[in-house]
Amino acid sequence: MPESKITVEKLNLWFGENHVLKDVSFSIPPNAVTAIMGPSGCGKSTLLRTVNRMNDLILGTRVTGDIRIDGQSIFADTTDVIDLRKRVGMVFQKPNPFPKSILENVAFGPRIHRMGNHADIQQRVEQALRHANLWDEVKDRLHDNAFSLSGGQQQRLCTARCLSVEPEIVLLDEPASALDPHSTARLEELIRQLKQDYTVVIVTHNMQQAARVSDWCAFLMLGELVEFGRTENIFTKPKDRRTEDFLTGKFG
Amino acid sequence: MSTTETSVPPARKLRRRRFGDNVGFLLLAVPLALFVLFILYMFFYLFRNGLGVINWQFLTQAPTKGMTEGGIWPCIVGTVLVTFVSLVFSVPVGICAAVYLSEYAPANFLTRAIRSAIRSLAGIPSIVYGLFGVALFVTGLKFGLSVLSSGLTLGLMNLPWIIATAEEAINAIPGSFREGAMALGATKWEAIRHNVLPYAFPGILTGVLLAVARTMGETAPILFTGVTYYTRTIPTSLSQKFMALPYHLFTLATQHDQISTVRPIAFGTALVLLVIVLAFDAVAFVIRLRVAGANKWQV
Ligand SMILES: Nc1ncnc2c1ncn2[C@@H]1O[C@H](COP(=O)(O)OP(=O)(O)O)[C@@H](O)[C@H]1O
Ligand SMILES: [Mg+2]
Repeated sequence: MPESKITVEKLNLWFGENHVLKDVSFSIPPNAVTAIMGPSGCGKSTLLRTVNRMNDLILGTRVTGDIRIDGQSIFADTTDVIDLRKRVGMVFQKPNPFPKSILENVAFGPRIHRMGNHADIQQRVEQALRHANLWDEVKDRLHDNAFSLSGGQQQRLCTARCLSVEPEIVLLDEPASALDPHSTARLEELIRQLKQDYTVVIVTHNMQQAARVSDWCAFLMLGELVEFGRTENIFTKPKDRRTEDFLTGKFG
Repeated sequence: MSTTETSVPPARKLRRRRFGDNVGFLLLAVPLALFVLFILYMFFYLFRNGLGVINWQFLTQAPTKGMTEGGIWPCIVGTVLVTFVSLVFSVPVGICAAVYLSEYAPANFLTRAIRSAIRSLAGIPSIVYGLFGVALFVTGLKFGLSVLSSGLTLGLMNLPWIIATAEEAINAIPGSFREGAMALGATKWEAIRHNVLPYAFPGILTGVLLAVARTMGETAPILFTGVTYYTRTIPTSLSQKFMALPYHLFTLATQHDQISTVRPIAFGTALVLLVIVLAFDAVAFVIRLRVAGANKWQV
């Protein structure tokens, strides 16, 4: 087992009567890309959204077990959800920019967290956009509406927005599913760069993508963690029959 | 496939369907055309009979000589004033209620019951609000017959409508804006304040403008709560009685002892009221059109 940034321990989650995550335990290492793979509906998004407690917003959610970040339980009374979500950024499946200018989209986070004066925030915006490989494309049109960007640019904008509050962890939920191949390639390049500074967790049902971008790989099925390990090991010598079936396209 | 269907030649079947289509079109189009004609005629009639009396004096002077001469200035002021008072009450309360209902209220039986009660309240006849206003504001809270009592009664009447339209406008904002903000560590209120309300604003404003249009034309809620038949002066405080366009029209049309003499003034009053109301409706319409064009997320 690697050094651990996020430790998931015997995590169970129910939406009402629906038992979605079942006794999931694994450790996500820092400064690496960890992919969560699995067939549609197996609970990948749910697992991801538990890490920054976005599932709290869904009525009738019940959780047992624990998730620890740097050893600290995210469910502890002493954990502030607002602070947790600042530390654990998230990029959603469908690009969801705010209908504001490009600048305002990225400045939103630093503003609500009062991360400095006007000049500091401008500085952060530029830095986040550079980090998300978008600066050169938008530096002359920062005041244009974010909806005027292409889908791929919007997704990188959402990534910049997420980076603007200096998270430690970046969660990406099928960030490329709405993108064309060229935009996908650019996004994957970005994901590989991000691991230098962040712990990256990406959900995907696309195993080639998982193979391309990830260092570690978790395979989830029907809410159970089937297998977790180094990506090359999972892909070359899967231990579990179900992983092998998934990788050879028997289902998914 | 049944045998009777297959026995009809395809060409005839098609003709039959075409015929049905044409009948359906006529059934729908003719009543609509009649309705539009009727509305146009009403406008034409009002303009023909009312336009003659409208001039600067008519709009800026008080009625004189037992209302047979002069203008309708106190009525315009009174109507604007009560409408304003009603909005000062109903808009903040209505928006807060809508935000609470759509964003904070638990999804349970009580919330659903309250929501449907609000929908029903919007349909209660305005005279009922008038009587309730007498009981609550005029005698209960001792505001007397006044601008305040009438304004609050109108506000109460508008409240369900404003809550319902504001809630609809808020619900039309994609959940992803809220979620995106909260994933960045915004509190629920910050997400609503910065990423929901600004985008719901045009929809809320449209609802308010339509409420204004309705408020200005209402007679029943102000009838027992503060409107008066005649006053030369315009109200200078909220505790005074006032004149109002719809009631003035009612007086001129049915209560005056020289009905035929004042008939042109009545038409003029009706025309002014109609133009003001339509102006608010038109602004609401334009906002809606522009927002529909500008909301790139609504695709
Ligand atoms: N908001 C929700 N409310 C209730 N059930 C949900 C909700 N979101 C997801 N689920 C259920 O949880 C299960 C896992 O969904 P999800 O995590 O979205 O799967 P995946 O991302 O792997 O496709 C599914 O059975 C789905 O129906
Ligand atoms: Mg998913």
